[in-house]
Amino acid sequence: MAIEPVDSAVEPRHRAEVPGQALPSAVRIGLSRVVPELKMFYRRPEQVVLTFSMPAVICLLLGSIFTAKLPGTDTSTGAVIAASMLAYGILSTSFVNLGIGIAADRETGALRRLRGTPATASSYFIGKIMLVAIASLAEAIILLSVGVLFFRLHLPTNVFGWLTLTWVFLLGIVSCSLLGIFVSNLVSNALSAAVITNGPAVGLQFLSGTYVPLMVLPTWMLIVGSIFPIKWMAQGFRSVLLPPELAAFEPAGSWEHGRIFLVLAAWGAVGLLACLSVFRWSDQD
Amino acid sequence: MTAAISVRGLSKIYGRLSAVRELDLDVGYGEIFAILGPNGAGKTTTIEILEGHRRRDAGQVHVLGEDPGTAGRSWRARIGIVLQEVSDFGMLTVLETVRMFAKCYGKARIPEELLELVGLASSSASRVRTLSGGQRRRLDVALGIISEPELLFLDEPTTGFDPEARRQFWQIIRLLADDGTTILLTTHYLEEAAALADRVAVMAGGRLTAVDSPARLTAHANSVATVRWMEGTVLHVEQTDHPTELIRQRSTDGSELAQLTVSRPSLEDAYLHLIGLA
Repeated sequence: MAIEPVDSAVEPRHRAEVPGQALPSAVRIGLSRVVPELKMFYRRPEQVVLTFSMPAVICLLLGSIFTAKLPGTDTSTGAVIAASMLAYGILSTSFVNLGIGIAADRETGALRRLRGTPATASSYFIGKIMLVAIASLAEAIILLSVGVLFFRLHLPTNVFGWLTLTWVFLLGIVSCSLLGIFVSNLVSNALSAAVITNGPAVGLQFLSGTYVPLMVLPTWMLIVGSIFPIKWMAQGFRSVLLPPELAAFEPAGSWEHGRIFLVLAAWGAVGLLACLSVFRWSDQD
Repeated sequence: MTAAISVRGLSKIYGRLSAVRELDLDVGYGEIFAILGPNGAGKTTTIEILEGHRRRDAGQVHVLGEDPGTAGRSWRARIGIVLQEVSDFGMLTVLETVRMFAKCYGKARIPEELLELVGLASSSASRVRTLSGGQRRRLDVALGIISEPELLFLDEPTTGFDPEARRQFWQIIRLLADDGTTILLTTHYLEEAAALADRVAVMAGGRLTAVDSPARLTAHANSVATVRWMEGTVLHVEQTDHPTELIRQRSTDGSELAQLTVSRPSLEDAYLHLIGLA
């Protein structure tokens, strides 16, 4: 049936477009989302408790089991685990948190709604990245406190040590966040996201030296673990929180700072490309 | 002046299913336009393409003069969208949610005034997840009109409402329309289309089967009146273009026709006819 043109004379009640103020920049919209993102995070107590207490509790438990000193040193295996556990902490505040959070935003329609506004994808991610940065910093402080108080870890005493701690921390957050964003695109709901993030996260702890010291792992586990960023993050944290002579217990016999940097940077680059190619606003086309 | 919405030959295919077929549509500035149809007719797919939320497979679409598939941020500041099913931001309060979205625009209504307008002022401190369905929908509308958009999309805005809540909701829509906002809404409620819309498009099977004012849509379908009365125990039903004349002939002796009714096809009859169910 043909459609008739607009023939019913509609009163010209259309409001003329008022020249509005200029749109805020994507960055400004992004920064305005930081506080709401934090509120949405801390108003889920179960999520907060899980994110912050799991690594600390596991650290305390494993540290209490592995109390023997490493041969020829004054450092316990528990201290080695405590230093490495920082990597697990960051993994849960970045990879797991973002993987589930973004899948949930897609599932509830939050992303679709945002897409109907002048906010851009970068606005959204600025809010998320700031949330991850703040949560990761809090997690690091908790785990460093546990390590210093219970396992006699030493905070860096020189600029070089703090610098190393900072770049390992930042590169770790960036690469794990990007992988979390990527994974959130592979699933259609928050529940699947919880499985697909926590599953590999827990599995990798065994291969990466955070639950079990690397020196007791069979070679194949070491090889598999070395593919992923957690092993390298943990190694970086050990290099600044443990005495220098502990380098002898690393698989390579040294801290390998150059390689840590390269592997984490490579994961960051791969993660970024993967995200750019798959990011979806919604679960449909 | 060009139309607020202009669509030519719009098609969308999901796998083997043609959700929208060769659709043409024009909505003028300042109009309230309703797309009426049963579930699965293609209403939501159509409105989502117009909102820029969904890609189309064929056809030309202009919304406020731009192609929604490529339109940018400033275009999105001029439209408002009320999505069909969302359950987001449950952990924020109503006011926090509105404030967060206000920050996305250059000009935005004052959050407190906006909540007053949609009747949510008393719930502004409530967490969004504790709202009732009707309150939740009011918040959706509040977020849709926060930037005083020129064009507002409403996708089945009152589904699941009780009649009282629906009437209150219509009042908000009329208020916006009086303000000059162009409104495109989808609905599967006839009375909603009839109560709100200047023009109604009936959609079935991915096509528009008719576009007209609610009154003329009824006239289109069937202009014949049905006259019913009883003679003894026999029910008489006659269809005629001249019911007055028929009744005069039947009661020439001045007698009363028992249980006499004269009925014109309702919008519902017209609608069922147009979607091919009658």
